[in-house]
Amino acid sequence: MKMYDGKYILAGLIVFIVLATFPVWFTHGKAAPPPELKLDTPVIAKMANKQCVLPKEEMITGHMKLLNDWRTQVVRDGKRMYVASDGKTYEMSLQNECMKCHSNKTLFCDKCHNYAGLQKDADPYCWNCHIAPKENK
Amino acid sequence: MGIRFSLVAVVALVLAAFLGVGTAGLNHFFGVTVPSIALVVFLGGVVFRVLKWGRSPVPFRIPTTAGQQKTLSWIPQNKLDNPSTKMQTVGRMVLEVLLFRSLFRNTKFEIEKGPKLYYQWEKWLWLASLAFHYCFLVILIRHLRFFTDPVPFFVHDIERLDGFFQVGLPGLYLTDAIFMLAVTYLLIRRLIIPQLRYISLPQDYFPLFLLFTIGTTGILTRYFTKVDLIKVKQLAIGIISFHPVVPEGIGVIFFIHLFLVSTLLIYFPFSKLMHAGGIFLSPTRNLPNDSRFKRHVNPWNYPVKVHTYAEYEDHFREKMVEAGLPVEKELDEAPVTAQNSTEG
Repeated sequence: MKMYDGKYILAGLIVFIVLATFPVWFTHGKAAPPPELKLDTPVIAKMANKQCVLPKEEMITGHMKLLNDWRTQVVRDGKRMYVASDGKTYEMSLQNECMKCHSNKTLFCDKCHNYAGLQKDADPYCWNCHIAPKENK
Repeated sequence: MGIRFSLVAVVALVLAAFLGVGTAGLNHFFGVTVPSIALVVFLGGVVFRVLKWGRSPVPFRIPTTAGQQKTLSWIPQNKLDNPSTKMQTVGRMVLEVLLFRSLFRNTKFEIEKGPKLYYQWEKWLWLASLAFHYCFLVILIRHLRFFTDPVPFFVHDIERLDGFFQVGLPGLYLTDAIFMLAVTYLLIRRLIIPQLRYISLPQDYFPLFLLFTIGTTGILTRYFTKVDLIKVKQLAIGIISFHPVVPEGIGVIFFIHLFLVSTLLIYFPFSKLMHAGGIFLSPTRNLPNDSRFKRHVNPWNYPVKVHTYAEYEDHFREKMVEAGLPVEKELDEAPVTAQNSTEG
């Protein structure tokens, strides 16, 4: 096969292939299993009915939106209580309510945020202002 | 005609994924089989097309000469628009590939009242194209977070920059918005400018509708109809690490997005979208204009037997002198070998 200006064209093609297959050689065939979340904090262990403010599936996909809505309601509207669909009321507070049960940020929040590659050090900007719970490690 | 065909094609693709996953439950087919085929076809197709182009000889310099060419020393040369050396050509190509200089030079001309031709400033196409291509690049790089573990640093940096304004949660990416605006502009431009609409074909509308729908489904997936990203990443990384898995319970909107992207990848090498590779191989851009001082020989020239005038004279010198015709070399100046050859 006669190529004209072959060395330039082949060099360009090699660059293209290397860039286009970046994820393949970067992960070099290692399948990364999804993280296991730890729900064995003392507070959760004591709960009779292990139920978050929303069903699990809704929390997985919608927790960030819920937190954002809570932020708006507390900070802008001065509303502090949230009534869940089962009638239970919760205080709309990340530090005092969410983290009371999920006191294991590194084994709970960070696990998925890391895996999904949210931001550097897997930190959504919640913790720019909020104080993360102390953990014994 | 072209619009309707393209629109129907894209709607059919969306419906195929929607019904295929939502009703028929072909999660594995739409989640693993089609994307895998798409990746192979994309890579193979691009290489095939480029190698095919590489086999065409480009014997002569045919650059568009959009400025003063190299000439007398006291006439300044336009080195970027009429390059004469390799380096100048590289400069031209860099500007072309990274900044779309040809589009920047675009002007609009119109005949207005009276026989007067007006040339007008027209940079909107350039602006929208540049915005579109760079946003697409950023979006592509951002998607690497689903394909790599650990996620490389530059993906984080780009995400952070892209979500700089921290609007809402999940944070709005600027490129998402600009991408949609640019694609919409490029589509509307085709629809409302009569001349452009006249020359537009299905292959012009189809990629635009496809990209518009890919953007829409992507935005829906991220901001509105949320899906479980952990499972999405598990699927994505499964494909590229050759251990495919299809986790249960990913929303159908994700499969529509994935199927449209797969379609784009398969369509890419066989369509106008190959301008991505073609721009590097454009003879009107990548050749230096040096015909005036370099001889370029056509590689497929048939070896023609030629008989130069010098040889002709060598053959017939004696007879020419006899007949009184003027010769360049007289009989006594001509080399002896030539004399011999005339006798032989």
